[in-house]
Amino acid sequence: MAIAQIVSSCMGGVRTAGDLVAWMQLTRRMKIDQAKAYVAQKLDVSVRDLTDETVMARKREECGISSVIPDHVEYTGIAAKARIARLLDIPIRSVALFHKNLNG
Amino acid sequence: MTPIITSLGDGRKIDLTPDELRKDIVQGSETAARKGKIDGLTDADIDHMVDIFSQPGRTVSVERGKEVVVTDDGAGLMPSWGRPSAGHAIPISDHQSILMYERVYCGDTCGLGFPDYSYKPVKSAIGYARSHYKAISMLTTIPLVYGSQPNMGMYYHPTGPVESPSEYLSAFQFDKAKQVQEQAAEHMRRDIMDVAEGLYEVGCEAMNLDTTGSAGDADFWGCLNVVEDMKAKMPDMPVEMGMAGEMVMGMHGELTYDGQRLAGMFPHDQACVAAKAGVDVFGIAVNSETGKSTPYNLARTVTFTKAAAKASPIPVHANSGMGVGGMPMTLVPPIGDSTRCAKALVEIGKADGL
Repeated sequence: MAIAQIVSSCMGGVRTAGDLVAWMQLTRRMKIDQAKAYVAQKLDVSVRDLTDETVMARKREECGISSVIPDHVEYTGIAAKARIARLLDIPIRSVALFHKNLNG
Repeated sequence: MTPIITSLGDGRKIDLTPDELRKDIVQGSETAARKGKIDGLTDADIDHMVDIFSQPGRTVSVERGKEVVVTDDGAGLMPSWGRPSAGHAIPISDHQSILMYERVYCGDTCGLGFPDYSYKPVKSAIGYARSHYKAISMLTTIPLVYGSQPNMGMYYHPTGPVESPSEYLSAFQFDKAKQVQEQAAEHMRRDIMDVAEGLYEVGCEAMNLDTTGSAGDADFWGCLNVVEDMKAKMPDMPVEMGMAGEMVMGMHGELTYDGQRLAGMFPHDQACVAAKAGVDVFGIAVNSETGKSTPYNLARTVTFTKAAAKASPIPVHANSGMGVGGMPMTLVPPIGDSTRCAKALVEIGKADGL
């Protein structure tokens, strides 16, 4: 069920920019068009590029924010999320706690 | 004339003529409009939905640029045998299952939950929930949303501490029935808050109150109040609220929030009170009728979704799964229906997510 919906109607998570748009909905209550515009502006790409796997794979690698084939393992998980929080200028609780644990 | 292959709400395949298809869509939309006192679908919307069902391919998809994001109620855990209720029982851990969901299936967010998916049992297993959440959130990049059901019914006898209102209702002791519902709502509110605080301490990125209002208006009332509590103490933890059905059942009948009576409330008003309480993403749920066709059920859902998306100040995600969101009430959902429901909810219903 979920896979059918993801393939037919959804952005594609770390394959494209779906997670980034989702972060904006959750943390800033942005509706879909506003969230896409915000993320596109922050990434310096067009809204159309947000679901372009080729563009986004390159952009995600450049920004160090993980992908479906994370060559750079240091840029997955909490490290990627820390970069996403900074890139999108949003609070992510797990990242805040991780920074606190690191820095005391 | 080529028949249109679709399903009944119980999953059985049926063939419809183009006229029958259009008639079912119109009827579904009119039913929703009449019940919710909202606008029905326009002629252009109905033509669009007819087109979606008439496409000969087994599956359909949204137009480029109209993609939305997906949240879930444990879809990322589905392969794992850590989910005894409805999982695929593959012997992998929840960690592995969620990372597959992120990097192989490519969900935009991922839900995590306790196998007994209600806040009441999670409270007594909070150590497990915390360690589980913390460990997995270190590995994931997509938002990890902790979900459970408020499930106020669990607070009644024989499993809970409060007397059941049904005994009082059948004895016409309405004041007492209202009183025990309010007591149950307060128990639920405390449990959800305890779980939220416990998870917040380990870095919870978002919480989902899934299937809100399943025990009626007191259930919805308790959830709205606990969201207020959560936002007052933990403003940086987003909250998603998904509903149990399109209309809040009036088991109590007199509870209000922000001056509005909750009993009998439909999605366009539910979304607004949820936003007022502090909810960040609202999940509309519209139940399917098993004796009606999928086009009928989907037209009802899309009509409610369109009104809610228009009225809501926060993103609206349309619940679409077994028995909701136009989908048939089956354990193994037909992908032709899944994709048609998703496309219509996004393109016609203007949902911000699924």
